[in-house]
Amino acid sequence: MAAPLVLVLVVAVTVRAALFRSSLAEFISERVEVVSPLSSWKRVVEGLSLLDLGVSPYSGAVFHETPLIIYLFHFLIDYAELVFMITDALTAIALYFAIQDFNKVVFKKQKLLLELDQYAPDVAELIRTPMEMRYIPLKVALLQCFPQCYFSCLSDIPVSVPTHLVCPRTPLSPPAAVHTCENEEQSLLDLFLGVCHDVCGKPSGNHLPLLLPSQLLGFHPRSLWLYINVFFYTIPLAIKLKEHPIFFMFIQIAVIAIFKSYPTVGDVALYMAFFPVWNHLYRFLRNIFVLTCIIIVCSLLFPVLWHLWIYAGSANSNFFYAITLTFNVGQILLISDYFYAFLRREYYLTHGLYLTAKDGTEAMLVLK
Amino acid sequence: MAAAMPLALLVLLLLGPGGWCLAEPPRDSLREELVITPLPSGDVAATFQFRTRWDSELQREGVSHYRLFPKALGQLISKYSLRELHLSFTQGFWRTRYWGPPFLQAPSVWINLGRSSVMSSQGSSAPLSTSSTPPTQSLPLPPSNPWVWPMTLTTTFCAMLCCRGRWSAPKTSPPGRSSCPVVPRASLISFHLLQAGLSVLLKADRLFHTSYHSQAVHIRPVCRNARCTSISWELRQTLSVVFDAFITGQGKKDWSLFRMFSRTLTEPCPLASESRVYVDITTYNQDNETLEVHPPPTTTYQDVILGTRKTYAIYDLLDTAMINNSRNLNIQLKWKRPPENEAPPVPFLHAQRYVSGYGLQKGELSTLLYNTHPYRAFPVLLLDTVPWYLRLYVHTLTITSKGKENKPSYIHYQPAQDRLQPHLLEMLIQLPANSVTKVSIQFERALLKWTEYTPDPNHGFYVSPSVLSALVPSMVAAKPVDWEESPLFNSLFPVSDGSNYFVRLYTEPLLVNLPTPDFSMPYNVICLTCTVVAVCYGSFYNLLTRTFHIEEPRTGGLAKRLANLIRRARGVPPL
Repeated sequence: MAAPLVLVLVVAVTVRAALFRSSLAEFISERVEVVSPLSSWKRVVEGLSLLDLGVSPYSGAVFHETPLIIYLFHFLIDYAELVFMITDALTAIALYFAIQDFNKVVFKKQKLLLELDQYAPDVAELIRTPMEMRYIPLKVALLQCFPQCYFSCLSDIPVSVPTHLVCPRTPLSPPAAVHTCENEEQSLLDLFLGVCHDVCGKPSGNHLPLLLPSQLLGFHPRSLWLYINVFFYTIPLAIKLKEHPIFFMFIQIAVIAIFKSYPTVGDVALYMAFFPVWNHLYRFLRNIFVLTCIIIVCSLLFPVLWHLWIYAGSANSNFFYAITLTFNVGQILLISDYFYAFLRREYYLTHGLYLTAKDGTEAMLVLK
Repeated sequence: MAAAMPLALLVLLLLGPGGWCLAEPPRDSLREELVITPLPSGDVAATFQFRTRWDSELQREGVSHYRLFPKALGQLISKYSLRELHLSFTQGFWRTRYWGPPFLQAPSVWINLGRSSVMSSQGSSAPLSTSSTPPTQSLPLPPSNPWVWPMTLTTTFCAMLCCRGRWSAPKTSPPGRSSCPVVPRASLISFHLLQAGLSVLLKADRLFHTSYHSQAVHIRPVCRNARCTSISWELRQTLSVVFDAFITGQGKKDWSLFRMFSRTLTEPCPLASESRVYVDITTYNQDNETLEVHPPPTTTYQDVILGTRKTYAIYDLLDTAMINNSRNLNIQLKWKRPPENEAPPVPFLHAQRYVSGYGLQKGELSTLLYNTHPYRAFPVLLLDTVPWYLRLYVHTLTITSKGKENKPSYIHYQPAQDRLQPHLLEMLIQLPANSVTKVSIQFERALLKWTEYTPDPNHGFYVSPSVLSALVPSMVAAKPVDWEESPLFNSLFPVSDGSNYFVRLYTEPLLVNLPTPDFSMPYNVICLTCTVVAVCYGSFYNLLTRTFHIEEPRTGGLAKRLANLIRRARGVPPL
């Protein structure tokens, strides 16, 4: 399994290097969909040059990173490109091994439940086999490398770091905690995320600007209530998904990506990288075609409407707002679709795949 | 709306209570002067200065008797323990490139408060930047509420002043001096007519139809003697106006007082100790045939002003012979031969500023500094105050002269804090001889909260002009003079050695557009965002609180039975 992973990494590094040197780099690094004020590389450079001038980077409102980033990049500023590529590669490798680990855990659990006769007799086709799970880690690593690399590597500090720094660390600790309770061996994923959480502190206090310019969702001044959504679903999800912590983490990451104040492509790509892990849920997804269309069309329209508002001056911010809203609706429905599919599969596993109603006809399953 | 002008305070002085004193009141004196300068581009500049000097220690002793010095300003100084106050209102822009260096330029609206030490006015003149005497008492800090100063000044001058943000204190100025770039579009004030002396020429409708007019009030303490044992307060009220010759002169470059001001001088101000009109006739002396001044001047004054030797014709209103015969004085200048159309002499230092870039996301602010001296390089202090909503990126600051990078000798940068204070960028740049230096910095435009937009947000937002201060080498060395005797326009910025003169220039104020949201958005945003959040909440709630059940087919229902009835009537199989 090492060879394909190495191949994937080599290709990813090559594509990133090519992008860095191309003329696209400058263009993409300023795009608002890719860069947020909280994770912009330009601001890191600005903070470092303020330090050189003898002014505290936190005395202005431009720099919002943690001191750790300052210390790290003070020495590595000339090798920033390399640092980004290495971090992305490490993220991919970490995810690869984490998912591999997870697969083993899933398979073990499945075997245990089969032996304990917890499953209904006719669910053979729902049981996951090692064969189909073989390539999942690779696919995850692939997906993690590529969509992000087109965008984030040029302008963001590696997305895995700020995503978990900038936005809430707390909602992700329940799934991590649950997972560690269940398994004696510490999952690599947990370790990775845990390190990100604990190491850094935010010196300027956890103030998030209440204004959400790039998404305009919080246009109204009292927009803090929107941010509550990030925390709001943690506990109910923890209660419902206490036996499936990795799925819980996936849903939580998606919710964070939807409701955080400056979402970017990197955040979306982070949770979308996990889709291969839940490939087996494909048959239970209800609206996947419509949602895929929504997401693709909205992604294509984002830069168009931004250009029309800011550069051409013919559209106004309503257009851009509408498209971000539609994109978020698509994301929400996608996540809830996956959640639905997951729950449905669990139901089928325990109650049998071919269900019949009392009068012998094929049963309809509803949520009641 | 009628508003009182600083010069209108003279009305109060003229009509105010006469001398009544139990003790000897402090001496005060008023000097007024008007300087008329034909500019190289054909326009005419008129600079009025009214200087009141009052030998009184305003801050130490309680003062109750005000004669020539305005009471409102005196009380302002003693109440807030000010050492210096400079307030200016300007409409238009002084085009240094075509008009030459100004005596005293002012940006649109600027308030400058100082605690700097005293200016020495006698003996060896002290340069502007060093302190001759340290302050003997510790001065209280400015009030923490930054609105106190503008509000007090607003009521005194009846102008709309809006001080956005905190007072910024540039590092290069003496400690305690702070300046506030006021909104560059403050509404201006109109004049009250005054009855005597030079103020008779100040007729509002002529003065406001000019290319440039600037009113300023400067209050500063000056030493009474060389050792500076006691100080007196100097109040200078200046008005600079530039008349567009082609509009006022109907195409000809001749001018006269009546044509410019629609008034003539009738009598001197009885309270003034000196009342003079200076007319720049430098070109006259070189060639007798070029122009003619009427009435012919009795005396002339020659000196090195702003680096070049100039000659002025003096008309002293206090000289009884001047006004006696005609009872009015209308100074006229006629060009006998049209002056050769030569290119106007380029001043040694001038500057330009502009915004480049496209779109509403980012831009670049560039300042061009021109040093046209053929062989001398000199340093320039550049002070930029940029509002917080244009986020400057100081790592993109580039200074190039003649194509090569020019590193500033000193740089001080104070980043902005959102809604609290603007960016402050101060640099000391060496301008090489005969070169153009470009200082550019990139910025990003911020999206403001919807209540912070002005009623016409698509007009744009103003950026205060940047301030350039320099000691420009003069073409002719000036001899140090006795400042008491020299005309007022020569004693504005005394310098210790005559080989250079001090100039303070202001660049153009800029207008930048910010990304403007649609102002109907709050309602839409609330409705739609709430809908989306409800959709999310609803989906998650369903999935979290409900479980799967097999649906039992329902047997009946009224609608189904009715439908089956109709179907049976039609002969179609039932549902």
